[in-house]
Amino acid sequence: MADSLVLVELVGGEIDDSAWELAEAARNAGSEKVAAALLGKDVAAHAETLTKAFDVVHVFDDAQLEVLDGEVSAALLAPFVERTAPAMVFVPHTNYGMDLAPGLAVKTDRPLLTDIIAIESANDGIQAVRTMYGGKVHAKVKAVPCDRGYILTLRPGSFAPADNPAAGGTINTEEVPAALAPGRRFVETIQPDAGEVDITQAEVLVAVGRGIEEEENLEIIDSLAEALGAEVACSRPVVDKKWLSKSRQVGTSGLSVKPKIYIAIGISGSFQHMGGVKGGPFIAAINKDPAAPIFSVANVGIVGDLFDIVPLLEEKINEAKG
Amino acid sequence: MEIIVCVKRVPDTAELEVEIDRSGGGIEERDLAYGINEWDNFAVEAALAIKEEHGGKVTAITTGGEDDEEVLRRALAMGADEALHLMDSAFEGSDAQGIATILHKAISARPFDLILTGAISSDRSSGQVGGMLAAKLGIPQVALATDLKVEGSKAIVTHEVEGGLERVVELDLPALVSVQTGLNEPRYVSIRGIRKVSSMEIPILGSGDLGLDAAAVGSAGAVVTVEELFLPPKVEGAEMLEGDEEEMVEQLVAKLREQGGL
Repeated sequence: MADSLVLVELVGGEIDDSAWELAEAARNAGSEKVAAALLGKDVAAHAETLTKAFDVVHVFDDAQLEVLDGEVSAALLAPFVERTAPAMVFVPHTNYGMDLAPGLAVKTDRPLLTDIIAIESANDGIQAVRTMYGGKVHAKVKAVPCDRGYILTLRPGSFAPADNPAAGGTINTEEVPAALAPGRRFVETIQPDAGEVDITQAEVLVAVGRGIEEEENLEIIDSLAEALGAEVACSRPVVDKKWLSKSRQVGTSGLSVKPKIYIAIGISGSFQHMGGVKGGPFIAAINKDPAAPIFSVANVGIVGDLFDIVPLLEEKINEAKG
Repeated sequence: MEIIVCVKRVPDTAELEVEIDRSGGGIEERDLAYGINEWDNFAVEAALAIKEEHGGKVTAITTGGEDDEEVLRRALAMGADEALHLMDSAFEGSDAQGIATILHKAISARPFDLILTGAISSDRSSGQVGGMLAAKLGIPQVALATDLKVEGSKAIVTHEVEGGLERVVELDLPALVSVQTGLNEPRYVSIRGIRKVSSMEIPILGSGDLGLDAAAVGSAGAVVTVEELFLPPKVEGAEMLEGDEEEMVEQLVAKLREQGGL
């Protein structure tokens, strides 16, 4: 059985949950030894923590790695992967992972499987499952057998971490060469505007998505939210069209919210959107597509035309309130 | 500025129920409308905006079959100066690295300062081609761009990182940028605009023209294959309310009341 390497991502200076998920996924895929690559600056304490789940933690500690950059990471990891030759390299399918994995695959000449949600077999190539068409279809994909090994990006939250990992691993410090990716330089991290609302504190959210079709139709959503004493939130397409501000966007590229009630209207329910809905709220979904992924995560669903349902819902809520 | 923008034609499935076709390897295409991949549309707009500010030329490129020409016509109607159609039966069944290989061959033979692609496509969504193409060309890249401007010999790019944050990086040109949706407001394309470019010549290049080994691309060269598509397994899921609209809404109000939402 072969060895694996997991790329650990630090988010806000902390070890991202994906590290523990990928460690266990690597073991379940039949890896004998699972190593971590930890990139950052002053990360000795994190290395110690990671020895719980990894057999060896390779530490790359350098000022160049203070802000994790995809190009710098790919340039650093490619020769390391070639030298240590792990059969599988696991990368979190995050913005960072998406930025670095294709380049790493080309540099190491390995097949790349992205956004994997399940690994079915790692014998004779890799067979895995991913989603397509905005999560409406699942696909069995296969990386053909390759002596050099494979690179997989795994979707965060799709693989369970081990309950009480006790790998008792060792720590190995690696050299970091200078000027890894001179063509791309960090300028600044932008802190988000506080915005005019704080949807992260709202107890009831009325969230609207692509199904609203036109900006002027948002009126019925505002009106429903007002009847419920709720805030209006939205999915990405509504922000892309500049109909609502980024401070109302829920999802992995927006804000995380933890309401008690989440009413999703015209939202298909992609994992990028649902990734921002935390704390297990009661979810009600209204969508015209009976197969929309939102119905598999919602508590209660209505298949129908939101332009009929939403005004009716507002009316009935006002009646119920007396 | 020589700007190259890579575009792809995809079915619009955002608001539709998708069915698997009889082969099990694709989706039922009969009732689908096709158009430019949403991400790529933002990339075309970004290319045109940079050209309008700095001067230069925009070339739209796609690889695919005859029907895929429509996305090149659309890019021309938006204001691209040239289009290039990479088409060959040997390209069929290419995986992401195959597409990147084809684009690499076509692009490395031309002058370029900036390459733009969509970060992902709405159909297969593997999000690999841009980053692979940049690595093959040996140029810097950044994925998931939400803002882009060119200053002298540099591109200043804002891109999405974890935690809902954005980060600004500076790339030396030539460089590749994979764009996220929402970074601009793509201009409208009228039917009249498309008609105006209908007679523009679009060169077609195949594996011979590109000096490509046909075994390195298409199904023959694919290292990642799609074995089977299936609908997501039914999970417990939502309690689906039944009845006419009024009845469903009344039940929903009762549920919201139970949950303390009124």
